[in-house]
Amino acid sequence: MRKADIACGLALLLLGGLVLWESLKLKIGWGLNGPEGGFFPFWLAVGLVICSGAIVLKAFFLGSSYTDRPFVRKGGWVPVVKVAVPAFGMVALTEAIGLYPAAAIYLAVYMRWIGRHRWVTILLVSILLPVASYFLFDKWFLIPMPKGYWTVISGLY
Amino acid sequence: MEALGNLLMGFQIALSPYNLFIATVGIVLGTIIGVLPGLGGANGVAILLPITFVMPPTSAIILLSCIYWGALFGGAITSILFNIPGEPWSVATTFDGHPMAKQGRGGEALTAAFTSSFFGAAFAIILVTFFAPLIAEFSLKFGPPEFLGIQMLTFSAFVGLGGGSVPKTLASIFIGFIMAAVGLDIISGQLRLTFGTMELMRGFNFVVAVIGLFGIGEILLTVEEGLELKGIQVKVSWRTVVGTLRELCKYWRTFIRGAIIGTWMGIKPGGATPASFMSYGLAKKLSKNPEKFGNGAIEGVIAPETAAHAAGVSALLPMITLGIPGSPTAAVMLGGLMIWGLQPGPMLFKENPEFVWGLIASMYTGNVIGVLIVLLFVPFFAAILRLPFAILFPSIVYVCAIGAFAVNNSTTDIWYMMLFGIVGYVFKKLDYPIAPMVLALVLGDMAESALRQSLIMSQGSPAIFFASPISAALVTASALLVVWPFISPHLHRKRAV
Amino acid sequence: MSRTNFCLSVLVMALVAVLSPAASVQAWEPTKPVEFIIPAGTGGGADVMARFISPLISKHNLSPQPFIAINKSGGAGAEGFTYVKGKKGEAHLIIITLSNLFTTPLATGVPFNWRDLTPVGRLALDEFVLWVNSETPYKTAKEYIDAVKKSPGTFKMAGTGTAQEDQIITVQLEQALGLKFIYVPFKGGGDVAVNLVGKHVDSTVNNPNEAVGHWKAGRVRPLGIFDTERLDLPDWKSIPTIKEALGQDIHYLMLRGIFAAPGIPKDVQDWYVNLLKKVTETPEWKKFTDDGGLKRAFLTGADYVKWLEPTENLHKDLMTKGGLIKK
Repeated sequence: MRKADIACGLALLLLGGLVLWESLKLKIGWGLNGPEGGFFPFWLAVGLVICSGAIVLKAFFLGSSYTDRPFVRKGGWVPVVKVAVPAFGMVALTEAIGLYPAAAIYLAVYMRWIGRHRWVTILLVSILLPVASYFLFDKWFLIPMPKGYWTVISGLY
Repeated sequence: MEALGNLLMGFQIALSPYNLFIATVGIVLGTIIGVLPGLGGANGVAILLPITFVMPPTSAIILLSCIYWGALFGGAITSILFNIPGEPWSVATTFDGHPMAKQGRGGEALTAAFTSSFFGAAFAIILVTFFAPLIAEFSLKFGPPEFLGIQMLTFSAFVGLGGGSVPKTLASIFIGFIMAAVGLDIISGQLRLTFGTMELMRGFNFVVAVIGLFGIGEILLTVEEGLELKGIQVKVSWRTVVGTLRELCKYWRTFIRGAIIGTWMGIKPGGATPASFMSYGLAKKLSKNPEKFGNGAIEGVIAPETAAHAAGVSALLPMITLGIPGSPTAAVMLGGLMIWGLQPGPMLFKENPEFVWGLIASMYTGNVIGVLIVLLFVPFFAAILRLPFAILFPSIVYVCAIGAFAVNNSTTDIWYMMLFGIVGYVFKKLDYPIAPMVLALVLGDMAESALRQSLIMSQGSPAIFFASPISAALVTASALLVVWPFISPHLHRKRAV
Repeated sequence: MSRTNFCLSVLVMALVAVLSPAASVQAWEPTKPVEFIIPAGTGGGADVMARFISPLISKHNLSPQPFIAINKSGGAGAEGFTYVKGKKGEAHLIIITLSNLFTTPLATGVPFNWRDLTPVGRLALDEFVLWVNSETPYKTAKEYIDAVKKSPGTFKMAGTGTAQEDQIITVQLEQALGLKFIYVPFKGGGDVAVNLVGKHVDSTVNNPNEAVGHWKAGRVRPLGIFDTERLDLPDWKSIPTIKEALGQDIHYLMLRGIFAAPGIPKDVQDWYVNLLKKVTETPEWKKFTDDGGLKRAFLTGADYVKWLEPTENLHKDLMTKGGLIKK
């Protein structure tokens, strides 16, 4: 828990620093007509740096106040990773072959891998859901979903 | 009593079988649109605008406004069941609605949400019917300084530094405001914090952020806790619905407070979301047992939903009376008016009374139809949670991805959604409060613009915030709310003595 | 275009040619829905126009495929323009433009230019009018300007955004007449109009359709139109031009035009030009433009390009003078 707190605090510190640096490209003063464009980004970044600094220092020096509760309970990582990785995979696939095929693959893989559902169920859900949403969005609502850059596949629909 | 006569005329139009049919279709479509995150009422209305070309204008506006009511109702469904706010103003509904669903009280939460929506709408509609011109006139008094006052009041009503780590709360507020600042700054006309990339030029969309922070983050938390294997046992029957309805009467104060806040805030653009937060914040601050909030308090569902729906109704008011949109959806409807050959604005009441009063009457019919339909379906909605998790979770992720994409037609937003999901998970684990960050993201932009516009108008003098009685009152009230936690214990002690 | 893609399109074209004998003679037509990009948010003038045109095309069967309106409003429209610029050779894509085609690259430094796109046609020109609240004593532009001159730096002019058309006009007024306004930027034209009605600001240069409702209700008063001639529509004809009212010719018109992706074949461009021509001939379009106080000014081909060049220079010039260009 303590390590995670420090890591997160450092990440925020870095974020604050980046924003600080980027906001310095703008005018950060308080002009005649009130604050300039960079005023709020600058001081917000300063605030974030101070807060995340305080979080890190506190975690570092007052470490004893932490309980032994780990950031993730033992073995808790596994299901989280099992959900997150395929989901990211779907997004990556979407870029390549479009959302609908990517979703079909994602649904099928997930249902089989995690749920151990029967193939009939898997095929039904993983095909019907994307097809139904294709008609709903692309056809009726006229919101074209991403088709991906590999148009050999997306050109088919 | 001219309004009554006009209203009767309106009812004659709205109650025609054709218009009733149109209204029902609109409600059903709208509910679907509201359920799908990212596909907000504005999209829904814009998408269906072409269909209305072949209709008489009054039926067309009835269809569109009913889609809007449907979306308002629907937004609560995913918030409660999956912690995914279908619409921005349903974010506050997740705080207690989702814990209720997790405890197996999903049916109760949905019933409370729908009833609250209906009450909020009815309250606002009655006000609109009889006082539309007066309210519109009052809303004209709100310039940038008053607008800033509202933002400040919302923020101080919702955010308290009470529980949790102060640096963490502040950090998350700062992050929210920083995200709000990304993109084009309308006051200076410059791009800010884009790091030279195209992707950041548009800024962070609120809907994308909340889908990730709340929806995806919640999925990750749930699987880690191992809850998923059990699934949620939900008792659902219409008896639950009736029972909840009876219980809701106890909370009349929360209902009325929420409705007033909503009606008032909805008049100004972008009012529904802040209204729901403000209503939730006040309900918590004024509650006898505030510790229940966040753990499935039914008032935590009533307060934001009443306010959001009341604001949704009164957001249509400036559109009709002034020709300015009070919400993105109203903006698209405004375009619709012009397409049908009507001129939005103050003359609409005089030139096209049958249109205006048909619309107002359809607000009554549409909301009655709407609440009946959604209440009827409560058991079905609640039963969705019975689906095996290996089907439910990937489907939710998929629907979220569609939603995140639909907001701006950009695949980058799907990546953001996933990243926000990780952030939401980590923050929740490390006790960084997420809600203040989200509120800062909503208000940041508007508040900064209002502040800078005011100061430009006064040439840099902060006295402008106290120049008008309205803004002075708002600024003072928000300052009082900030110090309230420090004062209230003393007051209680006095009373005890 | 990837090689597989190319092979596939050749194959498809061959198939089409074989299957429909007419296809070889017929000109290009869209074979999938056309993306219609709006480089502005929902509810604004460009958005309303695009969302008006798309269903109109379907209603009159002007295209075998629907037109899908998509907002890409990031960075004052830079997002939409950059998107179209990057889709070289994409036939199923058009974009509606407003003045931000010229002003956004200058004000934000995002590199794009109308030359990066394929010009299709100018649909209309949007007017600008000087408005004051009708409860103020100013009956003519001259009276108002005299009052502004008397106490420089106290009158508030509200407009949409910074370094965009409204501020350009304000700067033009200031420089031509030696005035000083406090320019207050708002997010959209509707906001601007309401702040004038609520007397939070003293004047605006709203487009006709942004203020017409308030005008008819007697809440705002037009003092002059920023054009070389009066707007030839009933009601609007009574508004004098700024030149008539103030003796100084200050005019500014906003482009409402259509562009396509760069590098599209000539027959595709011709198809769109023809489509726009048909759109502008519909009675609905006539009513739409009249109601919104728009000047119908359909222009295409070389004439359109000829108009774009000086207009671009004009923006550069006006914005340089006003100090609105990003350094």
